Amino acid sequence: MIPLAHYIGLSAMLFAIGAAGVLVRRNALIVFMSVELMLNASHLGLVAFSRFREALDGQVLVFFGMTVAAAEVAVGLAIIIAVFRSRKTVNIDELRSLNG
Amino acid sequence: MSAQIAFYVLALGALVSALGVVLVRNPITSALNLVVSLCFVAGLYALLEAHFVAAVQVTVYAGAIMVLFTFVIMLLDLGTVPARTGPPEGIPKATIMGALGAAFVGLVIHAVRGDIRVPTTAGMAPERVAELGGNSRLVGELLFGPYLLPFEVAGVLLLVALVGTVVMAKRDSVAKSTASRRNS
Amino acid sequence: MDLISILIVVAKVAFVLIVVLHFGALMTWAERKQAALIQDRIGPNRINILGVKALGLIQIMADGLKMIMKEDFIPAGAHRLYHTLAPAIAMFPALVALAVVPFGPSFDVAGRHIELQVANLDVGILFVLAVSSLGVYGIALAGWASNNKYSLLGTVRATAQMISYEIPMGLAIIGIVMTYGTLEMNKIVELQGEYFRLGGLPILPKWGIFYQPLGFVLLFTALIAETKRTPFDLPEGESELVAGFNVEYSGMKWGMFFLGEFASIVVVSALVATLYFGGWQIPYVNLMALPALPRVLLGVATFFGKVIVLCWLQLLVRWTLPRFRYDQLMHLGWKRLMPLAIANLPLTAAWIWMLGGMKS
Repeated sequence: MIPLAHYIGLSAMLFAIGAAGVLVRRNALIVFMSVELMLNASHLGLVAFSRFREALDGQVLVFFGMTVAAAEVAVGLAIIIAVFRSRKTVNIDELRSLNG
Repeated sequence: MSAQIAFYVLALGALVSALGVVLVRNPITSALNLVVSLCFVAGLYALLEAHFVAAVQVTVYAGAIMVLFTFVIMLLDLGTVPARTGPPEGIPKATIMGALGAAFVGLVIHAVRGDIRVPTTAGMAPERVAELGGNSRLVGELLFGPYLLPFEVAGVLLLVALVGTVVMAKRDSVAKSTASRRNS
Repeated sequence: MDLISILIVVAKVAFVLIVVLHFGALMTWAERKQAALIQDRIGPNRINILGVKALGLIQIMADGLKMIMKEDFIPAGAHRLYHTLAPAIAMFPALVALAVVPFGPSFDVAGRHIELQVANLDVGILFVLAVSSLGVYGIALAGWASNNKYSLLGTVRATAQMISYEIPMGLAIIGIVMTYGTLEMNKIVELQGEYFRLGGLPILPKWGIFYQPLGFVLLFTALIAETKRTPFDLPEGESELVAGFNVEYSGMKWGMFFLGEFASIVVVSALVATLYFGGWQIPYVNLMALPALPRVLLGVATFFGKVIVLCWLQLLVRWTLPRFRYDQLMHLGWKRLMPLAIANLPLTAAWIWMLGGMKS
């Protein structure tokens, strides 16, 4: 049996990689993918806790998380396409017209 | 023992491909790395006896969401973004982020050193789950039982997302038709 | 897990892989012969080894040899890694999806209980859905990595088509899951061994086709669309896109797309046979009452017999219907199949409620 701590450690590493991606990368699509990575890391934590608590509610929460992710990706990609259509770029450093 | 090997192989695969998402330049490679990472994590779910979530992870995440990503990348033709000229301005930021991330991971690992004990209240050990008809059945019963309302709300959320996406994707034609209506 | 059980698993995996690949190869021959029959020709009949023609079956070997000997060409500007990787990814789902399909009745030998199924997963059908949804990447990469307009157009079409038809596919499968109350394939097959009874007499076997006639039509259509063959071959569309996503492929890489396509026909047939036609069950014959050897032989033969009939049905569809236009394709998927698939669910629920709920 793998200790719970290993899963949580792995989850933290994946989360950190995702967070770094969000803050360092400038391609909006890759930023978006990094967000998915962070979401996925938190899902891993939930499932691990669910297994070790011997309760299935964590898995139900992950299911909802995936639903939300699906909705979020559909809308997010539509936004990115709309932005790309009007600005011809998906570089987030160049998309600063709302930047006060 | 085989579970240990499986865990370390899957964990290593997930980490390496996650790094691939963030580090490579080509967006398509990024997306594919994310697909691989998601599949490895699905393997970890299976190792944690969460078979239903593992299957949904591959079907929905790797099979549908990431297909959308690759589709959009191919559609926008971002694979051929010219290499940036001049000094790589991201390096100081990347160093800071790397340090922060490492600090975060160190903190978590320090917090969970040794092991964590969590209370087992619901009594759904894998043996009991198998006795009651398997993981998919029990998760399904939870979804359609105590979590019915959130389940329905999730359905509404998906509908809203669907409509929102259509509106945004059809933005041009909608704008055109309202403009023409205003003109006439 | 001792050595013998590992060997049993390896043997089952090898059996399934060999059967799928050989079926796939034989399908190329069957397709040619069927096409010839429909177009009033004879089909392959020239190639021979020392005069042995074997009904044109030698053609398969000649084709294989040809594909291996051909130059493996990677166009300039193509992404070498993805161009090479794509055929393998495209072939992967067809080879893996059959892992959860039971191809024969279980039996006991030397104190071991052997299920004729590579993996009896708790998630059963969901595994098939999961694996088949990964098939898109092979096509997507092939078109994108080729650096060719036609390829990319084919890929865009393929991706949109496969995502669209996955929805009626999943909804149709939900009907079956509701009816039998389980995701596990072997339990679904087991339940199909029972009968609708009238006054104690078995009238009809409880096959999926009798519970879900609409679901069968929907699933079969959606699955044929997923195999991307005529009338759904817009991603390839020879007359519009040259050869679509695989226009830049040659030699065995192209052969892998080709073989993967034919293997997926076999997978579709196996899936439909399992879900709607009772898998290895023979109606009115209780196979489980027979001794082990005839039971297994009969069961496996029945299963593959059903698979062959369904494969032939797909060949008929392939050579009778013309290709859809793109708007017709999307119209069929979203405005015909999907509403019908959604309507199928309350119908199924009402049916189950009237019967007083399924057991298990």
